[in-house]
Amino acid sequence: MTSVRIPPVLRTQVDGQKEVEASGSTVGEVVTDLVTRYPEMGEQLLTPDGGLHRFVNVYLNGQDVRYLQLLDTPVAERDALIILPAMAGGR
Amino acid sequence: MSAPRRYPSLVEAIGHTPLVEIPRFCPNPRVHLYAKLEGMNPTGSVKDRVARYLVESLESSGRLTPDSIVLEPTSGNTGIALAMICKLRGLPLTVVMPANVTRERRQLLEIYGVTIVDSPASLGSNGAVALARQMAADDPRFVMPDQYANPANPRAHYETTAVEILEDCPEIDVFVAGLGTGGTLTGVGRRLREERPNAKVYAAEPMPGEMLQGLRSLDDGFVPEVFDASVLDGKYLVTTAESIEALRRLTDVEGIFAGVSSGGVLAVATRIAEQMESGTIVALLADGGWKYLSEDVWSRDLDHESVEELNLW
Repeated sequence: MTSVRIPPVLRTQVDGQKEVEASGSTVGEVVTDLVTRYPEMGEQLLTPDGGLHRFVNVYLNGQDVRYLQLLDTPVAERDALIILPAMAGGR
Repeated sequence: MSAPRRYPSLVEAIGHTPLVEIPRFCPNPRVHLYAKLEGMNPTGSVKDRVARYLVESLESSGRLTPDSIVLEPTSGNTGIALAMICKLRGLPLTVVMPANVTRERRQLLEIYGVTIVDSPASLGSNGAVALARQMAADDPRFVMPDQYANPANPRAHYETTAVEILEDCPEIDVFVAGLGTGGTLTGVGRRLREERPNAKVYAAEPMPGEMLQGLRSLDDGFVPEVFDASVLDGKYLVTTAESIEALRRLTDVEGIFAGVSSGGVLAVATRIAEQMESGTIVALLADGGWKYLSEDVWSRDLDHESVEELNLW
């Protein structure tokens, strides 16, 4: 199982949990498992054609998966996924 | 070409910052790690470069009238840089800032006579951008340079920061900078793509604190218009605690006193240096440590979760 950290903005859809477990051998499979168990998250995380929503960032061990292999990025047993909303930074 | 040292005004003194090797900090003896010290700019941050280009773009746009007020969302450094330049140009300035920015940033803006409008701390920079854009829509006197959307922001880095880096370090293999508006990474990244196509560009991104993620829904998310994500080869999340640890070590072993985002950049540079066989990394340190003293960054307990809720990036 992979631990997935859920941002505050999505927590009501996972019964208020800060972190949930999900399984899969790629980021896409982990996300699919998550969406199967918490269907309301589906339309927030994914676009109708199954891509990652523009305002969602997913990090595997701290690296943005958009610069890895996106949803095809392999996930190992002890990896940690973090889901975050895209927010403004800057000064 | 050696940089000039005599200037007709403070604005002309922006840039030409030192590039300093930090071998004691670098974890890999076969990697040369250099820090570009943007804290050496006139108002103490990389944002002097951006503010100059933003104000010049406003002036050439013809949008300024005698009753114009420059308005900008910022969490500090851009506001302080704009304050200096607007002062010299005789332009009034109003900034919109999240209510929880460090005390020093507010003090500096007050010293420059800037009008400060607070946006909700829980909405972070998103809230400041939204409020400033609303104010500009409601009152035609407000003119927004808009660092998040104005191509003058990345252009400042394409035309100055990147050129200096290539002049001082033609052998560059990797560039690392912090992700805020995306202006630094986009501008430097584009120049490197053209002149050093094999060089890699990595972003350090701050992990937002729980309380600083006051979005109602994901549709309130925000990707700055100026940020060209295609120039990056990778983006790493760094926690505030990790950033501060790197920052403390930097002061300890290299004597450099830098701001919190610089610690994040160096934490990422460290990860990359560890994976490299050999080569040269340039890390851009956006500001000095002065504006973070009131938050006890150098002495506070990093194990406590509350450190992640500070607005220090």
